[in-house]
Amino acid sequence: MLTNVPSPGGDPGIAISIRDLVKTFGDTTALDSLRLTARSGEVHGFLGPNGAGKSTTIRVLLGLLRKDSGQATLLGGDPWNDAVELHRRLAYVPGDVNLWPNLTGGEAIDLLGSLRGGLSDTRRRELLEKFSLDPSKKMRTYSKGNRQKVALVAAFSSDVDLYILDEPTSGLDPLMEAVFQECVQELRQAGKTILLSSHILAEVEKLCDRVSIIREGRTVESGTLSELRHLTRTSLKVETETPPADLQSLSGVHKLVVEGHQAEFEADTARLAEIHRHLASLGVRSLTSAPPTLEELFLRHYGDQSAAEPAETVVGAR
Amino acid sequence: MSALAGTGVLTRLALRRDRLRLPLWVVGLAALFASIGNSISDLYDSDAARLENAQVRADNVVTRAFTGPAPGSSSGALTVSEGLVFTCVLVALMNILLVVRHTRQNEELGRAELVGSASVGRHAGLTAALLLAGLANAALIVLSTLALLGMGMPAGGSVLAGVALGTVGMAFAGLTSIGAQLTESARTATGLGGLVLATMFLLRAAGDAFGDTASDKVTVNPAWPSWISPLGWGQQLRPYGESRLWPVALLLACFAVSVLVAVQLSVHRDVGTGMLPARRGAARARSSLLKPLGLVWRLQRGLLLGWIVGIAVFGAVFGGIGDQVEDLFSSEESAQFVRDLGGGGDLVDAYFAGMMGLLSVVVAGFTVQALIRLRSDEENGPTEAVLATAVSRTHWVLAHTVIALLGTALVLAALGLSTGLAYGAVSDDLTGALGDLLETTLAQLAPTAVLAGFALAVFGLLPRGAATVTWAAFAVCLVIGQFGTLLDLPDALIDVSPFTHLPDLPAESLTTAPMLVMSALAAALAAVGVAGFRRRSLALGG
Repeated sequence: MLTNVPSPGGDPGIAISIRDLVKTFGDTTALDSLRLTARSGEVHGFLGPNGAGKSTTIRVLLGLLRKDSGQATLLGGDPWNDAVELHRRLAYVPGDVNLWPNLTGGEAIDLLGSLRGGLSDTRRRELLEKFSLDPSKKMRTYSKGNRQKVALVAAFSSDVDLYILDEPTSGLDPLMEAVFQECVQELRQAGKTILLSSHILAEVEKLCDRVSIIREGRTVESGTLSELRHLTRTSLKVETETPPADLQSLSGVHKLVVEGHQAEFEADTARLAEIHRHLASLGVRSLTSAPPTLEELFLRHYGDQSAAEPAETVVGAR
Repeated sequence: MSALAGTGVLTRLALRRDRLRLPLWVVGLAALFASIGNSISDLYDSDAARLENAQVRADNVVTRAFTGPAPGSSSGALTVSEGLVFTCVLVALMNILLVVRHTRQNEELGRAELVGSASVGRHAGLTAALLLAGLANAALIVLSTLALLGMGMPAGGSVLAGVALGTVGMAFAGLTSIGAQLTESARTATGLGGLVLATMFLLRAAGDAFGDTASDKVTVNPAWPSWISPLGWGQQLRPYGESRLWPVALLLACFAVSVLVAVQLSVHRDVGTGMLPARRGAARARSSLLKPLGLVWRLQRGLLLGWIVGIAVFGAVFGGIGDQVEDLFSSEESAQFVRDLGGGGDLVDAYFAGMMGLLSVVVAGFTVQALIRLRSDEENGPTEAVLATAVSRTHWVLAHTVIALLGTALVLAALGLSTGLAYGAVSDDLTGALGDLLETTLAQLAPTAVLAGFALAVFGLLPRGAATVTWAAFAVCLVIGQFGTLLDLPDALIDVSPFTHLPDLPAESLTTAPMLVMSALAAALAAVGVAGFRRRSLALGG
């Protein structure tokens, strides 16, 4: 579709590459050496609490904000200098959709699609149906969820390489969220790249191949979900024939509470096999375990804001 | 009364939000009025000169229509004629913007919903807005009275002039509170307020124009249209003249009745909705909408239509009395006044040069309004969505510029056309009148383009202050255009306005040099603006 874009990134397998990105607004440092790599054809989750810098990163990628330093490459091009060419190949859904109040939703969809380089009428019709959106209402009369749908329909009706979605489901009801997830799955099967910024973990767990987690403008984790799970802990509750008093001596066991034959603790997911072997030797009567969630990982990073800066863990740099 | 619960907190919140804006308005308005007074005192420094000037003001239909006659022949009375109506229009504008900002805008942006969910009464928001307006207008009364007293004007008249400004403000605050119930969008509510203000000005102008000059040849008893306009009531307080207090009752009654109507309306509607229902529209976009130029046209065409209709009415009025100019300005003084305004030579030509010159600066208000949209859309979101598509920043700014200038040309053409048709009809020389007046008004496109270029440069380099700085520049041009020659402002100051660099058409003939210089300057400023915008980050709101 596009041949004349310079490709300083070089690697066609990489859709988005950000290194040491810094962006300040006056005295505030919004992005501080942020790193992010999204491969072509993957759904990349971009996680972080409110104010972590997700939207700022995305706006730098879209050439709307000028970076202070660092490198950012998008589809092989420079987000600032090649903005117009790059934007033909991507669709963007802002987190807060504020368009022209006196245009109808249908007009806004056609307009955004056309300015991007065209949209598929069939797709548009299907999506309006799926999202049950009335396109003949003026934008000012839509609720937040419906304004969000307008941007989603406009984006998903465009056949582009990259979809940048900034907290796209805020304001959508659970039914519509399911429709959204369906759409993302379809795009993934079609080989499209998707950058999905979110703070809804269930959504990210369901959709994303790999995730980057940021906090206060810095990347604190990145990798595939299973790699990140590896870093989390599994909660275990066990009752054994021999009292499990010696569990304390095993590495990877945390927050152990022993009461007679029963024990409750958290285990490093990486050490699970070893711990299981030990428990088996004690004679397991019952065992319940709760699987690790991203939520837990998230809370470990963000839950205790007063804790010292977390050590940066990066896995999956295969 | 539970409907007013929380009013105190909301009023303090409103004060906090406007802590800079309102003091600037109030001080600026009081200073403007006082500076007009100051210039008048300097300019007419003998009883004879003042009496002569007061008689010119009564004798001259256009002055009567524009500024209103003087209530007497003292310095204060001449100041009232020169500046009271004009300042009242600005006071009304302050009140319209204030009330919309603290009522409908809060609703449109969803703030009112959040606030309303707390223990806040149904009418607390409106009451807080009106209390704030009351405070601002009271401060204006005090400040302008003090400023006039400080210049040595008589006490009674000074108080009355201040009261006129403040109570006209209250009347418009009340009227706006009705408008804020009718529409869903703050922009439309403000537009509605502007429309009412323009109508009230026209009524007052017609009332004075068709009024009877009293036997003293100075005061004018206005015809009935003045009596249905708050601007007319404020003027009829006649400070430094007959000094009446009773029109204040009319103004306060207008405020009270308006507020009662607004309260009634608000009881019968839901939060966030208006009384005028929002209409449905097209499910698909026309192909003409799908390019930036088409989009901007769609966004601006309503505004443009309003301007064209409004300016055409003004043009028809001024053109229609064109054949009476010789009679209207029969005295030597009044003729000199016209020549000061519009250049020497034939009196009719000077009259049209002066009037069209003044109105063309007013038309630049459209240009500024249209270009400021670049900034408000950047702040509010739509620009982000557009620039995330394959539209370049240059393309986006150019689309706005083209529509703004094209629109300006249309408004100026409407002005020339309506004035020319009206004058042609009364003077039996349709082609001559049309040609002359179209050339006169369209030539104003050059200085307007300079102001547009300035607006773009500010937008590119100083986005956060763009709206304020651009409107201030427009206000400077307006004040210089309206009062520059009359008040003997220093040349260096007069030269700041691009509008003063055009020959006084049709009294003088069009020369290419200033047109070329102004076009080049406009292009250079616009280029600076585009370069600045291409270089900077979007300055988003929030």
